[in-house]
Amino acid sequence: MKQKFIDQLKETLEIEERNISEADNFREYDEWDSLALLSVIAMIDEEYDVIIESNDFKKLLTVGDIYNYIISKT
Amino acid sequence: MALLQFNNVGITGISAAVPKNIVDNYNYTQHFNKDIVKDIIDKVGIKERRFSNAETCSSDLCFAAAEKLIADMNIDKEEIDLLVFISQTPDYRMPATSILLQDRLGLSKNTAAFDISLGCSAFVYGLSVVYSLMQTGGFRKALLLDGETRSKVYSPRDRKTAFLFGDGGVAAIIENNERFGKSYFSLNSDGSKESYIKMDAGGYRNPSSIETLKYKTIDEHGNMKTDEHGYMKGADVFNFVLLEIPSDIKKILEYSETNKDDIDYFIFHQANSYMNNYLTKKLKIDPAKAPSSIEHFGNTSSVSIPLTIVNQLQNKLNGNKKLLLSGFGVGMSWATSVIDFNNCHISDLVEI
Repeated sequence: MKQKFIDQLKETLEIEERNISEADNFREYDEWDSLALLSVIAMIDEEYDVIIESNDFKKLLTVGDIYNYIISKT
Repeated sequence: MALLQFNNVGITGISAAVPKNIVDNYNYTQHFNKDIVKDIIDKVGIKERRFSNAETCSSDLCFAAAEKLIADMNIDKEEIDLLVFISQTPDYRMPATSILLQDRLGLSKNTAAFDISLGCSAFVYGLSVVYSLMQTGGFRKALLLDGETRSKVYSPRDRKTAFLFGDGGVAAIIENNERFGKSYFSLNSDGSKESYIKMDAGGYRNPSSIETLKYKTIDEHGNMKTDEHGYMKGADVFNFVLLEIPSDIKKILEYSETNKDDIDYFIFHQANSYMNNYLTKKLKIDPAKAPSSIEHFGNTSSVSIPLTIVNQLQNKLNGNKKLLLSGFGVGMSWATSVIDFNNCHISDLVEI
């Protein structure tokens, strides 16, 4: 399931030519910006029925942090 | 719980006016390079917007829309007993713009006139107020005016808002008539989220000063605005919409005992296409039933719902139709309604 989430995030951010991993600081991706954030919010709502409030989202630093947050809410 | 219902009240006609000046969004590149602009426009789906010139106010757009509607419907101005003006870009801080419009439109001194200050939820809120007053039986016809010059509210140097907003004004005539069935409203507010969309200075809390008119860099991306420009926290707003709007729609459908399939058209506040497309998908609504005008006019705040009706539903509101209107934004404030339409006149779009 964790790998599935990582793949979904990769697809949402339209990252094609490299792999991403759990330990990555996603805010350092070239593809990351405020528009990408909207896409990630929508993907997590659609796939996991979880809405991450901005104050909580700010505390999430790595790809794994987002996954763990989702799991804690489902 | 703010749930209301009305019987035998309805919108008999509606019109809209927009500035004739069209801004081509892909070429709105004074402050940002073309690639950045293209990325934003592709996502928000706003190809063009209407900008009023320095002399044109919301009230001027509403005046033009009202004159067109009154002429098209052959309305005797003497019968307009109520005038409500909705805007957060009024002519003056005082007096209320509705009162200036009473005189300018040549309405009687016996007209009740007042303003409502709300943003994107305001058309639905305003309708509920007018329906309530009409239900008393004390008014013959009501004129609801709703105008915004949001192009003047946001900084052209803040990419989070520079490409979204446009100007427009609408007019609607509301009357009592037995041909109208029931209409339902759900009204909501959450002031704990006041900072999601806000203009910090220029009111009485932080009065206008030389300092509040200075451009300042507001983030690590180099976006710039003054304290008298609005700002918007896009991700927070998106979260708010996902959290509140689908549940409010569910609430109003239950309250009105309406099946989702019996709604002819869902008219959402036109915030940006990304959000509206997502909302439509999440609610499993047939996109053909959720008309959009955002491509042509951008986000016109409270005007966007009625402007979409005028732009997209002309000749489609013959006979009896049920519309669900959903307005949400600055406040945060949101309102949802199921409105019964019956042979609603829609005027041709006015350009001034």
